[in-house]
Amino acid sequence: MNANIVIIGAGISGTSIAYHLAAKGIKDIIVIDKDYLTNGATGRCGAGIRQQWATKMNCIMAKKSVEFYEKANQTLGYSHDIEFKQEGYLIVAVTPEEDAQFTKNVELQNSLGIKSRKITKEEAKKIVPHINTDMFISATFCPTDGHINPFKANDAFYQAAKRLGVTFYFHETVQSIQTDHHRIVGVTTDKRTFQTTKVINAAGGFAHEIGLMAGVDIPVYAEKHEILVTEPIEKIQGPMVMSFGKNLYCQQVPQGSFVMGRGTPDALHNHDITSSWEFLDEMAKTVVSFLPIIGELRVIRQWAGSYNMSPDRQPILGSVDECDGFYVACGFSGHGFMFAPITGLLLSEIIMNEPTTIDMAELCMNRFKNQKTIEVEKSVV
Amino acid sequence: MNKKNIIICRCEDVNLEQVHELLDQGYTTIEDIKRLLRIGMGPCQGKTCGLLLQQEISRYLKCKTEEVPLAKVRPLVTGVKLKAIVEGTK
Repeated sequence: MNANIVIIGAGISGTSIAYHLAAKGIKDIIVIDKDYLTNGATGRCGAGIRQQWATKMNCIMAKKSVEFYEKANQTLGYSHDIEFKQEGYLIVAVTPEEDAQFTKNVELQNSLGIKSRKITKEEAKKIVPHINTDMFISATFCPTDGHINPFKANDAFYQAAKRLGVTFYFHETVQSIQTDHHRIVGVTTDKRTFQTTKVINAAGGFAHEIGLMAGVDIPVYAEKHEILVTEPIEKIQGPMVMSFGKNLYCQQVPQGSFVMGRGTPDALHNHDITSSWEFLDEMAKTVVSFLPIIGELRVIRQWAGSYNMSPDRQPILGSVDECDGFYVACGFSGHGFMFAPITGLLLSEIIMNEPTTIDMAELCMNRFKNQKTIEVEKSVV
Repeated sequence: MNKKNIIICRCEDVNLEQVHELLDQGYTTIEDIKRLLRIGMGPCQGKTCGLLLQQEISRYLKCKTEEVPLAKVRPLVTGVKLKAIVEGTK
């Protein structure tokens, strides 16, 4: 079978890239996924949408993505609703170092048009009345951050791409990528072979393995992150509550449940996505210390997913020097869902040889070769 | 009987018509339908609706019930208060 472009991975990065390319008139786009729609990191994520970052690139990508998501139901012609709830992110500073860093972060964010602000504990208490103010020094708040239903958002991109002629193959695993003199010539799955000159690696947790199939050693690895959800109750919390220092994010989703997660210190670099009792213990202790009333809620389910970590916690996007026709969209380090719209736009621009909306110097893979010191994003959980 | 009045998932209030709409659109696994309709995501964790949905899918696909895989089972087995977990770790 011939294909103009083969995209590996039907998570939200893959579906957004497929949609943006198809919307520019590209035909014969194929998307391959090894399981059902939204089986990977997209469907396992906390689904927060945040613009409060410490690096310029992450701020710009987040803001452009929020602007897309605000109109996504109309733009994508979605007959359901992606459920974008914009009630903000409240990020608490738990150390004097964080307090000072957050002042700088807000300055950077404001300079890029993001309407975040530094606030006192008392102001934070007005926004989230049940927060324990003994746990932090100050906070930042951005009212246009929020939450989106990740299953619906991916479905919206998927359906829009399908209507534009993109073909999807689910439950089909890529087994090898064929190259000829460092040029892409084909992709073989467990069911068939596609002749193609362009492959896009949007494989999330498996991005490193897919890179190796094309002879490209992408500096990313998979890392387990766990999460849980409670029984639903009436609405008591608008924004996401987040702490980098205490390793916590917790949000009440529109359906009424609280979704919360934290990173595992010293997590192994592998594809393990099993749930652990250690996470349940630590998560319970952390969330009850910040939001005591949440202790009254029953946990009904826990699960895990893979972050695809890059050296500087910023995504790796675009073409690579090692192989002609091989493009990457990976290394999102836990933020691929909220960056999906700009990811799709940038990849479509690069593949069409159009000027890019954002300067790619700090996003392309060879930034790690050229830069002596890499600016690492610290605002991550 | 009107399909809108046949409740498949009591926790998340999902009816048979919604299930058939998704089946007609090509979403034919429990995992797909769970994510779009929230079937099995409520407090019972699919203990009732999972089997009903499996039957509906097997009827739609004209295959045996056991050929339709059930959703992945995730912890916890029953709801536990976060406060109780904190107490238990002391």
